[in-house]
Amino acid sequence: MKQKVTLTGNEAVALAMKQLNPDVVAAYPITPATEIVQIFSTYVNDGLVDTEFVTVESEHSAMSATVAAASAGARAMTATSANGLALMWEIVYIAASNRLPIVMPLVNRALSGPINIHCDHSDAMGVRDSGWIQLWSENSQEAYDNTIQALRIAEHPKIQLPVMVCMDGFIISHAMENLEILPDQVVRDFIGSYTPQKTLFDLENPVTAGPLALTDSYFEFKRSQAEAMLQAKPHILEVAQDFAGVTGHEYGLFESYKLDDAEVGIVVLGSTAGTAKVVVDKLRAQGVKAGLLKPRVYRPFPAQELVQALGHLEALAVMDRADSFNAFAGPVFTDVAAAMYGNDVQTKIINYIYGLGGRDVGLEDIEKVYKHLTRIADTGEVDERLNYLGVRE
Amino acid sequence: MTTKSWRETVPGGWITEAGNALEYKTGDWRSEKPVFIPENCINCLFCWVFCPDDAILVEDGKMKGINYDYCKGCGICARECPTKKKALVMEDE
Ligand code: SF4
Ligand code: SF4
Repeated sequence: MKQKVTLTGNEAVALAMKQLNPDVVAAYPITPATEIVQIFSTYVNDGLVDTEFVTVESEHSAMSATVAAASAGARAMTATSANGLALMWEIVYIAASNRLPIVMPLVNRALSGPINIHCDHSDAMGVRDSGWIQLWSENSQEAYDNTIQALRIAEHPKIQLPVMVCMDGFIISHAMENLEILPDQVVRDFIGSYTPQKTLFDLENPVTAGPLALTDSYFEFKRSQAEAMLQAKPHILEVAQDFAGVTGHEYGLFESYKLDDAEVGIVVLGSTAGTAKVVVDKLRAQGVKAGLLKPRVYRPFPAQELVQALGHLEALAVMDRADSFNAFAGPVFTDVAAAMYGNDVQTKIINYIYGLGGRDVGLEDIEKVYKHLTRIADTGEVDERLNYLGVRE
Repeated sequence: MTTKSWRETVPGGWITEAGNALEYKTGDWRSEKPVFIPENCINCLFCWVFCPDDAILVEDGKMKGINYDYCKGCGICARECPTKKKALVMEDE
């Protein structure tokens, strides 16, 4: 049933979108996400999808049109990167607070300035608190699988939140990889038909979307929105289980790699996890008990589960492909450290900021991080909490 | 002022009943209020046409006064009232 193909990440995600066959796609192209909507527009042109394709004049409009379409009860998607996401920002929050099940591939790219088109996670980290669910991908296969699962997650009656599917710009989006794809019909059966919980087009039951809510009610709406995120985890796992039933591909909240008996470990998102696994294998062969944890679901943040998976480590490095410029540490570190500290874990934790603006991360870089961790595990002392990997000193 | 718990809110703040703006008494936004002087009124109903809310009370085609539950005190009615001796004047709340 499954077919092996060789595709770039963008091609794989465009294919997933074709199979999801959304009612509306509104998009404005931006590197490195451009090809997703460009390829998708050829599917529209060739009549391979039933989608209304809306070419808009900016990303702010792309997200606005997507929100409008979702409010009308359509399955609506868009895709973007970096500065495009930044321009959407106002409406990105509205998509979540209006509880619209939108799916958006986000091809991670550095935010300006200086102007740069290459991979880092500053775009996704900028909207990590916007109320969207964030799924992260290590390679094209995961980007494809996550895109398909994202629709089911977003539309889950208990969730009703937009989902962002993150994948590293160029490293995943433009690299050719082998992956397994599903037949169109299998994807369509997996997602099923869509009955929106509310729609502006139901004339028998008129509704208003996005009204004013001032001091006497805004807080209650936000609390209710927070609850959707608090309750989302088991439903995300239900969808993953169904997906594994169809594909054999197992997904959880995160992936643990040789972590159970590890003494030193790193937490890293996205494609760098692939590089780090090679280093873990090499260190294991040398007798170093190294492990790795790759978050897949970053929002909702699986705090409790992470602590369980990481709490036994002697030393842990959290890798951030974005800086928070807060004179403290990067965003993923701040989340992980807060979860660990809140649970009274004794693991020594350090932070590495790496790969900004597409700076390459090699095996030797990751090895340096593990060496640092081994030193900390040996001495029991954290010398530097905040470290920059691969920057010229 | 609503007293609903967050658990009773409609997810996403959608309004699912039509016409429930009636339940929202906006009169307490007012810092000035229009006062109706019936003896000056010629029942032209300009005030009713121009009032941006639904705060001018009309019965049998005649101006009857102000619904202060909804009147926001914008002063448009008093400004548009065409009579020489105004039938609507603004006063401080
Ligand atoms: S003050 Fe404004 S809101 Fe009040 S009755 Fe006059 S026009 Fe209407
Ligand atoms: S605009 Fe003045 S005169 Fe005309 S109906 Fe209203 S109060 Fe009377």
